[in-house]
Amino acid sequence: MKARVLIRPKEGILDPQGKAVERALPALGFEGVEHVRVGRMVELEAEDPARLAELCEKLLANPLIEDYEIQTL
Amino acid sequence: MIWGVLQFPGSCDERDALYACSLASGEARMIWHEERDLGGVDGVVVPGGFSYGDYLRAGALARFSPAMEAVAELAAAGGPVLGICNGFQVLCEAGLLPGALLRNENLRFVCRQLDLLEVDGPISGDMGPESAHRPLSIPAKHGEGRYYAPEEMLDRLERDGQVAYRYAPGQNPNGSLRDIAGVSNEAGNVLGLMPHPEHAVDPLTGSTDGLRVFQRLEGLAR
Repeated sequence: MKARVLIRPKEGILDPQGKAVERALPALGFEGVEHVRVGRMVELEAEDPARLAELCEKLLANPLIEDYEIQTL
Repeated sequence: MIWGVLQFPGSCDERDALYACSLASGEARMIWHEERDLGGVDGVVVPGGFSYGDYLRAGALARFSPAMEAVAELAAAGGPVLGICNGFQVLCEAGLLPGALLRNENLRFVCRQLDLLEVDGPISGDMGPESAHRPLSIPAKHGEGRYYAPEEMLDRLERDGQVAYRYAPGQNPNGSLRDIAGVSNEAGNVLGLMPHPEHAVDPLTGSTDGLRVFQRLEGLAR
């Protein structure tokens, strides 16, 4: 089964990458864009989707600093 | 005591660490990351660099190497383990140390000599134990060194004396919470810090304060 894992910095954790992107936007004429957060996306094919959450907890995300969301395709 | 220094693909400070260990205690050897047996060393340094290319997250892949299993066993048995920079990230990812290291607040790689305050135990009263020590002059060089832990965990670490090093006032180079530069585990035998004590062991480079970091752990070897 194909799946997509979205990983993002936890709410409340400073995301300087997102801030840098946000600050760059007005210079390009994109006004009114706020709360930009930059994360990661992992695509994979798994034989046993039941274990995806465990896989995310142990490797793909660091649960202390990141939230993840599994989308099966 | 005999120090072992781990070597991952992508490590780059293992030779300085080996030199520092041999200066500090007389004997040190390199340990390839695929070795499951640490060969009877008394303590281990997990060195700086970019283990496994820092893919995914810094330290995330190195923690699964065979040598790290052996390091976890050594740590559980009370043996001294020192993680420097990328090694600190590896120990946090492995759950041997609390917290995580995030991208520097200003997004820039930092490379400079700075002062570290050594913290010996739980903070109490107005005069923190920090004031009893001369700061250590040690270089830092990293892009992902912003120490993070949830507020309640930070409170607990401070209360239990697990904050081992702080950046001197005004010298926090990366936005680390509460100026934390290094932490230890509950037992005190596992220690990690972002600055590089192994680069400050020879008068040639201006400071030998880094030796104090190695000596701090040597007393714990059997």
